[in-house]
Amino acid sequence: MPGWAFVAVSCAVAAMVFAAVHLAGNDYVFVAGYTVLQFVVLATAWNILGGYTGYVNFGTAAFFALGAYASVFFHKFYPLPVPVLCAIGAAVSGVVGLGMGYLTLRLRGAFFSIATLALAVVLQTLVVNWNYVGGARGAYVIRPADTALFHVPYIQYLFLIMLALAVGAVATARMIERSKLGYGFAAIRDDELAAEASGVPTLQLKLVATTLSGAMMGMAGAPFPYYNGYLQPSSAFALEYAVNAIAMPMIGGTTSWVGPLAGAVLLGTLQQVVTVTFSAALNLLIVGALLVGFVIVAPNGLIGLWQRLGPVLVGFTQTKPSSPGLTGRSSNHEPGDTVLPGQAGQ
Amino acid sequence: MDTHLLEVESLSKRFGGFVALDDIALAVAAGERVGLIGPNGSGKSTLVNCLCGALANDGGTVRFAGRDLAGLGAHARTRIGMARTFQLPRPFASMTVLDNVRVPLLYAAGAQRRPALRDAEIAARCEEFLTLVGLAAAAPRYPRDLTQVEMRKLELARALAAQPRLLFADEPMAGLSHAEVDDIVALLIALNARGITVILIEHIMRAVMRFSERLVVLVSGRKIADGRPEDVVRDRAVEEAYLGR
Repeated sequence: MPGWAFVAVSCAVAAMVFAAVHLAGNDYVFVAGYTVLQFVVLATAWNILGGYTGYVNFGTAAFFALGAYASVFFHKFYPLPVPVLCAIGAAVSGVVGLGMGYLTLRLRGAFFSIATLALAVVLQTLVVNWNYVGGARGAYVIRPADTALFHVPYIQYLFLIMLALAVGAVATARMIERSKLGYGFAAIRDDELAAEASGVPTLQLKLVATTLSGAMMGMAGAPFPYYNGYLQPSSAFALEYAVNAIAMPMIGGTTSWVGPLAGAVLLGTLQQVVTVTFSAALNLLIVGALLVGFVIVAPNGLIGLWQRLGPVLVGFTQTKPSSPGLTGRSSNHEPGDTVLPGQAGQ
Repeated sequence: MDTHLLEVESLSKRFGGFVALDDIALAVAAGERVGLIGPNGSGKSTLVNCLCGALANDGGTVRFAGRDLAGLGAHARTRIGMARTFQLPRPFASMTVLDNVRVPLLYAAGAQRRPALRDAEIAARCEEFLTLVGLAAAAPRYPRDLTQVEMRKLELARALAAQPRLLFADEPMAGLSHAEVDDIVALLIALNARGITVILIEHIMRAVMRFSERLVVLVSGRKIADGRPEDVVRDRAVEEAYLGR
């Protein structure tokens, strides 16, 4: 399916989703749905650097929080419409992604991942001490009850924005996967030395991956202060962003755009249901348990399970993977390899 | 004086206190078939790594087609026409054999300012390279399902797809059977006939003598012989250091 057709179909699906949520008649579904869609964007963004290129980023919260704090900064300085703030959040986090890439991409595997974690801690410390955006006290963002145009309730407006961002993120990931850039990323993931010898400019492509990934995460963070009404460092830099951004693609499958989408929708919905039934504190426990389970049983995530069991269930002989070249790690792939794929080439 | 395709002057490389390469000088003309031999640890692979940009040399100059390669990374050197294979095959494990060849075609050969090829054309050209090395039937398979000699051929196919003028073949026959060795030698001679200059690093003397028009011997990081194969194998220093009599 060509790119434009995919976007058209995605927009149609998005419109149906919005209509369905509207029919539920309860604003809370928009609130919960916003969070699920936000994780779709974060998981897809993480997967571009982590799944496609093989560099595991533990600093998702940093990029997300930068987008959120950029919004707070402008809210105090000169209020701007949320879509513009999304663009600004993307730009700020993209630049930071580029900088982080430049500093850390000479590191491989686990060392790169540790450096990304260090970056998140450093940024959080800086923000806690930045009084203009509230520092440790946090900042209130009073949002309007509805939009000026068409008088849409504000939460529905935010939901629509996040829906659009999700469609954009998934379409971008799909486009990359099938392009020359996608082959370059996969080559870096599989064997960076051989990729260099094949003419792939690995440093350049890795910088593209960190910038793009960071920008998409910042874009997801920009509406957050308006969604929550209040922003403080401990919530913006919360552990759940880093953990979920890794767990969702790994559970869904890291080799394709379908994985992060499936993982985010399933895990995100599960977390929202648990939040209102048992307790929000259970969410991290569930994520941890599922992650351990999947790494042992299904290291290639749901995509891997589908490729293994799907043909058996449907009764046909084994078919070729749907995205030639970028899917299809075998079922006898070592579980350990998936966790820190950047080490595969060493 | 003809300009050579590859000119190496006073190349040196050390790892800490250990001198891996000491004042290496080498000139390779276009179209030559050069064999590079020497005991293990003599610096052959280090030399290839330095020339191809995987390692940075500490001293000396390397010129390819008259152009100084200082500061040029490995991917840039591949793009200007220097390809290499690896001693231990390094395929892209998550891609099919066809896509393994597609990557260098897109990135190395594609850099030659041609209009962008369409997907079907790219796939067709990948199949051509695979047919050249005899792997056409293996195109939809994955590297983990290939035999040793097929993996070596895949390495060669990938190097070919970069459309090189100079190919470094780093021990492409190690561990292969008698017949498989002959297979690879024939392949390398065929590639040379297409205009690719080939530098073969090998231990299997039978293959080296059949393939090389010129033989270079490296011992402990120094070049001790460089000339016609018949003369080099009779050289006393080479006998003592490597061949053993």
